[in-house]
Amino acid sequence: MALVLTEEQSMLRDSARALISDKAPVSHLRHLRDSKDPIGFSKEFWHSFAEMGFAGLLVPEEFGGSGLGYVEAGVVMEEIGRTLMPSPFLATSVVAASALNRGGNAAQKSEYLPKIASGSLLATLAIDEGAKHRPLQTSLQAVRAGNGFKLSGAKALVVDGHVADLLIVAARTAGSAGEREWLTLFLVDPKAKGVAIERTIMVDAHNSARIEFANVEVNADSVLGEIDQGSALLDGVLDIGRGAVASEMVGLSDEVFHRTVEYLKSRKQFGKLIGEFQALQHRAAELYVDIEITRAAVMKALQALDADVAKATSAVAVAKARAGTTATRAVQEGVQMHGGMGMTDQFDIGFFMKRARVCEELFGDANYHTEQLARARGY
Amino acid sequence: MSETESAELERFRNETRAWLEANCPPEMRKPATSDADVFWGGRNAKFSSEPQRIWFERMRDKGWTVPDWPKEYGGGGLSAAEHKVLRAEMARIGARPPLSSFGIWMLGPALLKYGNDAQKKEHLPKIAAGEIRWCQGYSEPNAGSDLASLQTRAESDGDDFIINGQKIWTSYANYADWIFCLVRTDPTAKKHDGISFILFDMTSKGVSTKPILLISGYSPFCETFFDNVRVPKSHVVGTVNRGWDVAKYLLQHERAMISGMGERGVGRPLGQIAADSVGTDGQGRLDDAMLRGQIARFDVDEAALAACAERAVDLAKAGQAHPAFSSAMKYYGTELNKRRYEILMSAGGVDALEWESERSKQGARPRAWLRTKANSIEGGTSEVMLGIVAKRILDLPGA
Repeated sequence: MALVLTEEQSMLRDSARALISDKAPVSHLRHLRDSKDPIGFSKEFWHSFAEMGFAGLLVPEEFGGSGLGYVEAGVVMEEIGRTLMPSPFLATSVVAASALNRGGNAAQKSEYLPKIASGSLLATLAIDEGAKHRPLQTSLQAVRAGNGFKLSGAKALVVDGHVADLLIVAARTAGSAGEREWLTLFLVDPKAKGVAIERTIMVDAHNSARIEFANVEVNADSVLGEIDQGSALLDGVLDIGRGAVASEMVGLSDEVFHRTVEYLKSRKQFGKLIGEFQALQHRAAELYVDIEITRAAVMKALQALDADVAKATSAVAVAKARAGTTATRAVQEGVQMHGGMGMTDQFDIGFFMKRARVCEELFGDANYHTEQLARARGY
Repeated sequence: MSETESAELERFRNETRAWLEANCPPEMRKPATSDADVFWGGRNAKFSSEPQRIWFERMRDKGWTVPDWPKEYGGGGLSAAEHKVLRAEMARIGARPPLSSFGIWMLGPALLKYGNDAQKKEHLPKIAAGEIRWCQGYSEPNAGSDLASLQTRAESDGDDFIINGQKIWTSYANYADWIFCLVRTDPTAKKHDGISFILFDMTSKGVSTKPILLISGYSPFCETFFDNVRVPKSHVVGTVNRGWDVAKYLLQHERAMISGMGERGVGRPLGQIAADSVGTDGQGRLDDAMLRGQIARFDVDEAALAACAERAVDLAKAGQAHPAFSSAMKYYGTELNKRRYEILMSAGGVDALEWESERSKQGARPRAWLRTKANSIEGGTSEVMLGIVAKRILDLPGA
């Protein structure tokens, strides 16, 4: 398959871009932050997003969605990255929808997927526990109790955790931290007894929560996928999330880059446009090359996910690792080349730096994915 | 793509796979181990092995030394999609190119775009059939990165030009049959405007070459001298004094070629090569954590670059490519290849330092390492490439 967007995908990009840049430019994020918005995103805008078919983009048509693929999800994520729009799209429409669609039984799918597609249900995956993304280190315990399980433990960096209607919780049903076996995914009602949710205000002003589970009772129907054998499902869902975040990082990097190049063409010092200085020209050119290479790697990963999620692992590791290093470079060059202005809160560029840092940690940073590639290649 | 088209393409894939399986000798399914193992064609060409001859002749007969050139010029007449399939199928079995040639990579595309009918009919089939080996007369002692300041003169004399001057870094000029050359036909015009692109036989009276010994101990480049060389004016490609257009177009192809020199995805993974000499720990990991990290980062970047190279081809097909993008690829590809060889030297340790021994195949690794240092100089330095990206793609101000 050609590594360029099809005509339909380009149209999707154009309509997403038009909608997002019009209704949710960076000032939208700034407003949500400054007003300490209790929800952390615009419900009204989320409904128009759903009406456009974006909320159910990955949901099969039989459940009221658009039945599109990961390349299309990446197209939307990239546009979200350009304006840093806080949106349930990542947690609900990409990660949770994929988990339910790939792991859910008929009853679970027909209960939740149509609600995701209509924009009426928010869901999220609760995976990380420690400071770093280490899925195999999951130690939240799920102990059998009667017909169901009791969950005990804590999760961090749960995106949209304080507004979600449904939590998808990775737990250990046996064995010990570090083992690939004995992981199970559970669907948990955030209002269930024993669930304590703390909204964590993060550096990027996007939604995140810490959630504690104290003997939370769930019944057997709340298992998503196979008991004890949840790793494969989890790997796939995480890779889908990684591809999506990598796309957001491409959009973010590209936007910072464009703003920076425009600045180089307008700011004068020493009687010259600073873009005339070769020291800056070469750094801008290097960054351009980095972004283009990363864009291709991310597109490759999304196509690999569309072809077969289970075989996309290495391509996704390359994409997320590259997206991390590229975005980190882009935002640092962005701030540096904007000089003192880049350090001010009034100027938008800092928002990009903050969001890039969170995206880097989401679903594993560049070091994590580089290590995964080394292991996959057997050295 | 319509269903009929994809079905056709699938049929082509199956036929190609079967044909390659039946016709590519096993010896030709691994990378060449030395330059002598690469077939360059030409009047004095010799095959280094029987499988090399068989592979070349079979591919030539199908037109697959130049799969996407028109059939009338000895090409395979493949569409862009079919060509991509052929490349993928060749890569699948590790089949090496049957013929390496500056005629294929550089002159051919320029002739297809700028050559007249007679020139195309005269030269393209001989390139496709490996009969004529070409070299490139671009750089001069005082015209390197600033190529357009070249001074080799071509003075009008009736139906001919009389050429005088010197070229340098002419790859394999001492083996080449013909040269494509940039000469100054109008010394009074601005530097980009007085240049012509001309072809002539290296056996012409007044042409001489002198190999240059490099830090690798090899002499892949020559100094090339022209002393009153008489060349018919009909050998000018494109318009007289508009040679810079042809030169630039050709440079894009050269840069695309050099960016691909890293042999991406060919041969054993770097991590495994390193494990041979460095060893592994109890968990099977390379027993040098820092080197392992360097290799892993290299692998990430190499895989990403491979995706970008694929995308560059697809963008070109879709008519969405920026003409200067090959400069971006050239910059990154050559810098990455240098990184690869730094890693290989570090991984090889003492073993990679031997220069003259059977054990080291006459210092193959250190010589290859030193050779890669030219990658970011030849065909335009990394700094020139970044300048082109800054000015032509990013539209940054200044000269």
